[in-house]
Amino acid sequence: MRKQTPSQTVGPFYAIGLTRTPMNSVANESTQGERIRIEGQVFDGDGAPIPDVMLEIWQANAYGRYNHPDDKQEKPLDPSFTGWGRSGTNEQYFYSFETIKPGLVPGNNDSVQAPHINFCIFARGMLVHAYTRMYFADEPANATDPVLNSIKNKKRRATVIAGREDRNGKPVYRFDIRLQGENETVFFDM
Amino acid sequence: MRIHEYNPRDWKSHPPYSFKAYGSSIKRGPLKKLVPIEQTLSEITGPLFSDIQLQAGENDLTRDPSTGKEAMGERIIVVGRVLDEDERPVPNTLIEIWQANAAGRYHHPIDQHNAPLDPNFTGAGRCVSNDKGEYRYLTIKPGAYPWLNHTNAWRPAHIHLSLFGPSFVTRLVTQMFFPNDPLIALDPILNSVPTKDGRQRLISAYDHDVTEPEFALGYRFDVVLRGRKATPFEEPR
Repeated sequence: MRKQTPSQTVGPFYAIGLTRTPMNSVANESTQGERIRIEGQVFDGDGAPIPDVMLEIWQANAYGRYNHPDDKQEKPLDPSFTGWGRSGTNEQYFYSFETIKPGLVPGNNDSVQAPHINFCIFARGMLVHAYTRMYFADEPANATDPVLNSIKNKKRRATVIAGREDRNGKPVYRFDIRLQGENETVFFDM
Repeated sequence: MRIHEYNPRDWKSHPPYSFKAYGSSIKRGPLKKLVPIEQTLSEITGPLFSDIQLQAGENDLTRDPSTGKEAMGERIIVVGRVLDEDERPVPNTLIEIWQANAAGRYHHPIDQHNAPLDPNFTGAGRCVSNDKGEYRYLTIKPGAYPWLNHTNAWRPAHIHLSLFGPSFVTRLVTQMFFPNDPLIALDPILNSVPTKDGRQRLISAYDHDVTEPEFALGYRFDVVLRGRKATPFEEPR
């Protein structure tokens, strides 16, 4: 038995190793599904947006299948879609992803998970990355999602649901993440 | 759906989110209790980068890839294995590397440490573990550098590593340190790891069998990612 290698912070200079080339366009012209943009800021305990934060996403395709051998569903794979992306922040301290809305994904015990995007957050000052999920405010399946329903406090549950606005005909979901404070985002341990 | 879960994060190995001696962790670590969730298909899958094509030289940080010119400093060879907790190799997994140059400065506009930049050293590289989980790269031994955490604060020489493993929950970003570095005992970031053996696991070992004559010293650093639980979780029907 070996023990897990401890996590350490990405530090302030991760960009040279991790975000030299943009990796936040997850969908291309041939990807199937509804084109969406996700954007937001990550706030520290003072409510200030963090400039040196990095976010990674992992999601199913439009049919609700992950591009991974352990997803053995008979739904189609989309060859143009890996489901993974990475974003640093721009000059205004916003991250963003251009992607597609994922489909419904099976949960455990015959449950169904509402469309969601898995997030991983790294920053200088974060000794361990944090996991959260983004759900879609205009999605009826949220009502029966097992993970959302496991967050008993409705105000806390709202921290992982992104609101939609239409910008030039394209849906934009705003997903701000608060590392601390009254509206601290729900982070998961799994 | 049959889910073969991964072991939980071992919080005796990983640092807490907030560690008093590391100033910038205080306002940036979640304070509320993490919400435990069962692993689902969303957690046990993750990016594999199986079709990634690395360019020649991405695992050699000692030369500028476009000109072939050599970086300054002490050349080193770093090898190791990526394993899970049951010592099974984690094959074909992407490893991203970044570090300061020999003088202790990063090739990054925010790094204003008054030490020379090396035009032939970007400090970034990538490699992929082989079928046995083994990886290898060449680099320049990084220098120590000052930071503003406390008076006369210096980071020990270290190399940043980012690994994915087979799922979203095996993701790991860490730092590799060097043996016998007097700054290690003084470093709040390394000392945020709660156990002595955990801290020890972040320190590479000098390995004379890796050292190549007339060329470079060798260091060994294994990385252990979360393993899989012994038996798949059978869903009650």
